[in-house]
Amino acid sequence: MKVTFPHMGNMSIVIKALLKELNIEFIPPPPITKRTLSLGVQHAPESACLPLKINIGNFLEAAEKGADTVLMAGGIGPCRFGYYNQVQREILNDLGVNLNMIVLEPPDNHIGELLKRLRTLTGSNSWWRVVKAIRFAFAKCEALDDLERAASRIRCRELQRGDVDRVYAQGCQAIDQATTPKEIVQCRDEYLTKMRSLPLDHLKRPIRIGIVGEIYTLLEPSSNGFMEKNLGRLGAEVSRSIYLSEWVNEHLLKGLLPVKGHKLTRKRAQPYLNCMVGGHGQESIGATIEYAQQGYDGVIQVGPLTCMPEIVAQSIMPNVEKDFHIPVLTIYVDEQTGEAGLMTRLEAFVDMLERRKRIQVESGLQG
Amino acid sequence: MVKDLLYLGVDVGSVSTNLVLIDKWGDVKEALYLRTQGRPLETIQRGLANLAERYEDHQIGGVGTTGSARTLASVVLGADVVKNEITAHAVAASRLVPGVRTILEIGGQDSKLILLKDGVVSDFSMNTVCAAGTGSFLDQQAARLQISIEEFGELAVKSNHAVRIAGRCSVFAESDMIHKQQMGHSLSDIVAGLCEALVRNFLNNLGKGKKLEAPMVFQGGVAANVGMRQAFEKALGHEIFIPEHHKVMGAVGSALLAQETVNHAGGFTQFKGFSMAEEQIVANSWECGDCPNLCEVIEIQEAGQLLARWGDRCGKWENALAVARSETVPEAQVQTAGQ
Repeated sequence: MKVTFPHMGNMSIVIKALLKELNIEFIPPPPITKRTLSLGVQHAPESACLPLKINIGNFLEAAEKGADTVLMAGGIGPCRFGYYNQVQREILNDLGVNLNMIVLEPPDNHIGELLKRLRTLTGSNSWWRVVKAIRFAFAKCEALDDLERAASRIRCRELQRGDVDRVYAQGCQAIDQATTPKEIVQCRDEYLTKMRSLPLDHLKRPIRIGIVGEIYTLLEPSSNGFMEKNLGRLGAEVSRSIYLSEWVNEHLLKGLLPVKGHKLTRKRAQPYLNCMVGGHGQESIGATIEYAQQGYDGVIQVGPLTCMPEIVAQSIMPNVEKDFHIPVLTIYVDEQTGEAGLMTRLEAFVDMLERRKRIQVESGLQG
Repeated sequence: MVKDLLYLGVDVGSVSTNLVLIDKWGDVKEALYLRTQGRPLETIQRGLANLAERYEDHQIGGVGTTGSARTLASVVLGADVVKNEITAHAVAASRLVPGVRTILEIGGQDSKLILLKDGVVSDFSMNTVCAAGTGSFLDQQAARLQISIEEFGELAVKSNHAVRIAGRCSVFAESDMIHKQQMGHSLSDIVAGLCEALVRNFLNNLGKGKKLEAPMVFQGGVAANVGMRQAFEKALGHEIFIPEHHKVMGAVGSALLAQETVNHAGGFTQFKGFSMAEEQIVANSWECGDCPNLCEVIEIQEAGQLLARWGDRCGKWENALAVARSETVPEAQVQTAGQ
């Protein structure tokens, strides 16, 4: 059995750690490139959303390298993602690519259900070993998230362009290679320190932008036109509403671990949207309110084109914008998204927020 | 006698390349409207050559570029400020029409809606997936009906009963127009109907959920079309103001931004001089084969010397240049190369 999985931000490092701990052979898909996307676009239904297309591309490229089993997440609720694993299986079958699919779905009642599904994967490993492997992989996940958070925060302050991203990439690599929980923490601390000791503009008072929206386009930089990096380089401090460790804990481990969840975020959305609409619709509304309350200057909502939960959230956003005085820019991405158009929008948004802030500061000084 | 300094604004768009010179009071002294015709580099040089006949290097106090080829233009000219079209248009409109709250802008291949509050952009939207209702489409239809684009608007104003035309998609709009013609509707009614359909499309695509308030300004090449102006006034119920230099507002805005930037930076401009009109500037591109991304890297050379590179996702080529530059010219504006 040679297992592969879809890419989603730094997730490959985490899954690699998990599979390695369980002594399962794996073949990670090659990094997402234009070829990955074209393969996906070629074989996926045109109206399906971007994540499906990239996933298919990943699987096909991994199959070329010899993978025979796919580890894929599933889901419940109105979002289409929940049945993507089925659609993908059918598409791959039609193409004559025989990949066995193991679906990790959020358990309905108990963590045991997830473990049962994992059984097909884990084989002869003892449960103790499995739990240990999950904990080890999760430690990597948290460390990677910490690095990513720091990078998005300080990228706008770098004096030499590209410094932060270089250290961030090195840090991810180091965490990837770490073999013990202790080493993971050491790597994280080492690279956080390295990042902070880069030549930075510490006096800068940048505008702060929160990014909310659909999880895949939030977590996978190549799907959102490297939005966090570009915003940082335009001079904005960036925060994201969802990180991988939070999602894994909430959706796969049923909140077993003490990681910040989004229960409160969803509660904040209630005056505007009091029922589940699938995906991260509620979280997008709630997180926008949270960012406004934390004094952020603006929010960018991102989702794949035709994403139903985000469309619902988008139609509610004008009310949130008005009530909380926070500008929201909505950006949908798909394979047609032009890089130039995206950059123009980001640049204009940053400009707008900077001018607004300057006026607020000036009037604040006078008042 | 030392003349007052002038500021050059250059807007290189898909359809037109505009160059303006403003004086320190913000008055437009010179406005060139050239067709880009897919050759931005040559068009910029053509415009520059035109200006060089009447002006000299020392008169230029600052340069700003905007439009989709703003980075390219900035490299060629030595721009002091490189800004997106939205900011540029907003700056120009709020200077020329104080108190403006809504800017409707329709250019060659894009349309924008910009809302301002207290002279600052408070919200904006740009057409994303479709170009129905932009200048190119009107151009095409005018050509099909064999009337000049100027007459087009006047014809629309003559109509007293605009025909309803499907404006969601420009291909279907065309078939609908042909259908209406075959039915026997008058040309002026059809043209007026087309203007209304385009306005409806604009407001549906860009204005959804936004409150459009007066005073309103309509700018961009299409603003010259009186039929479009009338359709906007009918749909919005407000008088719409069209600034004198509506065609070149982006360039005016970037000239104003250049003035601001240069004054802020102590009065020195990066302008390379009108001689750039004569220089041999070559744009090269190649596909980098180091990974399956196959990025198309673009490289600009002036007389054999490398000016700028962009287009690579990983930043390898771009950074190689930045490093080379920071070694030779310490104060080099690495920023301009990277956008």
